[in-house]
Formats: sequence, C-alpha cells, structure tokens
Amino acid sequence: MTEKLQTFVDALKQKDPAWVLDVVSAHGETTVFVGRENIIDACIFLRDEHHFDMLADLCGGDLGPEEDPRFFVNYHLFSTTHHSRLRLKVFLPEDDPKVASATSVWKTANWHERETYDFFGIIFEGHPDLRRILLPSDFDGFALRKDYPLRGYEPYSLN
Amino acid sequence: MMETVAENSQAAENVLDNALESEMTLSMGPQHPSTHGVLRLDLRLDGELVLKAVPDIGYLHTGMEKLFEYKKYQQGIVITDRMDYLNPLGNNLAYVMAAEKLLGLEIPERAQVIRVLFCELQRIASHMVWLGTHGLDLGAMSPFFYCFRQREKILNLIEAASGGRMTPSYFRIGGLMMDLPAGFTERCKQFLDDFPEAMETFDTLLTGNTIWHSRTKGIGIISREDAISWGLTGPCLRGSGVDLDLRRDNPYSGYETYDFEVPVEHDCDVWARYMVRIRECYESAKIVRQALERLKPGPIKANAPKIVLPDRDDMRKHMDSLIHHFLIVAEGFNVPPGEVYHAIEASKGELGVYMKSNGGPKPERVHFRGPSFVNLSALPEMVKGEMVADVVAVIGSLDIVLGEIDR
Repeated sequence: MTEKLQTFVDALKQKDPAWVLDVVSAHGETTVFVGRENIIDACIFLRDEHHFDMLADLCGGDLGPEEDPRFFVNYHLFSTTHHSRLRLKVFLPEDDPKVASATSVWKTANWHERETYDFFGIIFEGHPDLRRILLPSDFDGFALRKDYPLRGYEPYSLN
Repeated sequence: MMETVAENSQAAENVLDNALESEMTLSMGPQHPSTHGVLRLDLRLDGELVLKAVPDIGYLHTGMEKLFEYKKYQQGIVITDRMDYLNPLGNNLAYVMAAEKLLGLEIPERAQVIRVLFCELQRIASHMVWLGTHGLDLGAMSPFFYCFRQREKILNLIEAASGGRMTPSYFRIGGLMMDLPAGFTERCKQFLDDFPEAMETFDTLLTGNTIWHSRTKGIGIISREDAISWGLTGPCLRGSGVDLDLRRDNPYSGYETYDFEVPVEHDCDVWARYMVRIRECYESAKIVRQALERLKPGPIKANAPKIVLPDRDDMRKHMDSLIHHFLIVAEGFNVPPGEVYHAIEASKGELGVYMKSNGGPKPERVHFRGPSFVNLSALPEMVKGEMVADVVAVIGSLDIVLGEIDR
C-alpha cells in the first residue's frame, strides 16, 4: 500500500474505528471492508474530506449459494485531483441483501445500482428509481447469481 | 348558419388550447438512426421543449458478464471485441491488463510499444466514426465520407497485423498474438504523413462552419461539478473543463514516457466535447509516431511458458512447448486468487475491468465499467430544457456505443 492510500485508511479508522472491518492490500490496490450500516457515512467522509469526488464504478458479485455472507458490493472510488483509487467493499447476506443507496452521494450511482439490482437482486434502499435496466422488466430471476443457469430455465420468448 | 360556424371555430379553438397546454410523450427510437444503435428515449415534450428524458437500454444485452464466468481467461478476449466494437483493441487491453495484474506478468518492451501504437490508431478510428456520424446526425453529409476513408486505412493496418478488422483480439494475456508483418512500419508512416493534412481539410468543413456553430454552441451543457458527480470520463469530462486523462494520471503500458498534450475545453457544451475529440486525433497521431520510432526488435511475449502460447516453430522443435500448448488450450492456466480493478483511457473515457479470481482457470466475476454506459446516464441532465432536435446533437456528442452499454 502506498503512503497516500495509507493516510486515507488511517483517516477512516480515526474517524470511527467501527467503520473499518478489515483492510486488504494486493496487486497495488487497497480494499477496505466496511459494514453495510456505515457505507454511506464512509463514502461521504471520503468524498468531502479526502477529495474522492468520483465514483468510478459500483458493481456487485455473488460468492455462491453455499457462502455466507453471499453477496458483495464494490465501490471503486477515484479522485480527479490526486488520482488515487480506493475500493470499499460491503458484504450482504442472502436472506437480506439490502444496502443504502449511494445516489445521494454520487449521481452516477443511479445506473450502477440499477444494474446491480438487475443482475443480483441486491436492494438499494432509498434509490429513486430501482427497476431493471438491461434485462426486460418481466424477466424472472437474477441472471448473474451463481445458481442461475447460463442458458436460463427456459427459452426466453418476446411474447 | 352563423351560429354553427361560431360553434365550430370555438370547438377548434378549444382543441388547439388543449393541444398547447397538454404535454406529449414521444418515444424516440429504438430504430432512430441518430441513436447509434438501439437506444430508446422516452421524451416528455412541451411543444418542442424537452421536459424530461428517460433512456431505455438493454436491447443488445447478450449476457457477456455471465459468459465470462464460463470461459477460460484467454477465451474471454474474444468477447471483449464485441463490446465497444469501435474500440476493440482498447477493450482487449483493459481485459488482458487486468488478468496480467492478477498473474503478475512482466510484459516485454516491444509488446508494450505495439499495444500503445494500436490503441492510439484505434482511438483515431473510433473518433473518425464519431465525427462522421455526429456530422451526419446534424445534417452535414460530406465529412462522413472523408472520415470513413481515413478509418478504412486504419482498419487495413489493424487487419495486416491481426487478421481482423473489427474484431482483432490482437492483445493476449502476456503479450501479443504475433509480431508485426513485414513492411508495417512503412505503411503506418505513410498513413501518419497523410493523416494530419487530410484531417485538417475535413475538420474545417465543420469547425469553421456557421451552421455547425449554431447547432452545437451552448447546447447540452453540463457543469464541471455535475460532470464529476455523474461520473463522466474521457472527452465528455474534458469538455467540461476537468483536466483528467488516465494515460497521464494513472499511466499504464509506458504512457508516462510519451510526449503528448491533453486537450481541455471549458465551455461544457456539445461544441467543447467536439473540439476535445478533434484535438485528440492530432495528439494520438503524435503518439503513434513516437511509438513507431521506439520499435526495436525483441520478444513480444512474456517469459511465462505455462500462460503464453508458444510460437508454432518452437512447437515443432521442442517437446515441452508442445505440452504447454496442449495444456493451455485444453485446460487453461490457473490464476492466483484475488481481485483487481484496472482502468484505461479508452476512446470514450474510463474503461474499467473488475476481475475476481478464485484460483481456477475461469474468472469468478468479470465486470466491465463501460464509459458509454456511464456517459449516457447523464443524458437526461443534459437535454432538460433543450429542443427535440438538440437531443440528437447531445447524443452525438456523448459518442455512445450500444454494444458496450448493453453488454
């Protein structure tokens, strides 16, 4: 981890030690694991105090039905001034895949969260318009979950 | 008789009043030519004014991110070609660099230079399609033909090296598919000698055109703060006055050693985004020229026999090369567990690849952060309060490719 990234992680820990569950540094990237109840506070703190003004990407993932917690959501933060990148990661259990929406922090979170909902069924609470974006509105199931078969359950018809 | 006439005109007036007062919803696309693919916009209109726009995407969705999880790492490269089909080499680069980051591979100098060379040629080709179609959308027919002539020359160069025009799959994990063909440097130099001059002749068709000015200036404004919050990247962001280019600020493939400028415009409108891309074409040509000068003989594949396919010649002479070839093709190679996010400056903005490996020969999750997807999400903000005809101008200035948005 570079010194610069270390200062951001330290600042997060200093602000509230309960926010940072774990820090992993690999391949020149730093991942901070944050509890889902604190993610929005952590995002606002990093945006306002440490110039992480852009959400480069937000994506979900599924570790498989046998894992607990099963889902994760990545927040790839980027700064247009000091050009650092930081990944925040939230784990969500299968029976309650809910996390607060980041649309109030960055407007770009809107479509990313819709996509994540569309593919994984993760609910972003407080999202202004949480509906499917790439798949048809009457699509059944969540296609990128590990237990969803590659070709679907039955041939999809446009009727 | 007089009464009925009066009644009729009164009724007609009522209808007219209602029409003027009521808002109209217009569904634009998905087959509309200016939507650059299959994009549908739901527009709420008051006369010709756009009150609200809601993009509807997903018509080209083919589940590529799901498909990656069922293919070996090296098989995924072919899928990336089909995302942003105007910038396939950029997609290749983002994907293979993410895998190389996980594997910790060192890429030889010559391969790096050739990657930069082709990415910049591809950027010019992508901007040529944008310039041609953007002009066409707003009624300027002739630049289209000039632009496509230049693009054709670049596609010929890509074809000479890789065998493919739109789907080259030229960059492989650990290096390149094969070395440059004989005579490539001369052909490329010939193109570079002709290009800036040709570009100037058809660039003036629009840049100095009064009609073009009035169609683009002050249209589709997005402020600097909004552009950052909406996650705009690439020429769209630089058109809003943010000096950010990942080639310079998060350098990869040795971009930090090249000498080029990053064009920035401060007008925040369609015209600004137009000017940024026009100036970028000249800068890209400069980078290609520098790359050509640096081209020294050397290996084009990393020294990792269990990951990189051996040369055909080696396979005929060495038993172990043959075994490696068989194993890579039949079983693939294992990638150490971990996750990376690698972002490059593609022709349309930040193209990020998130890749997660669980140690096997197939990725556990691959996610593409396409610049078109994010740039399009800001469209409703840009067209609010504009005329219907300007919606076309704004879409053109975003330079979207639906193949990448829908994935």
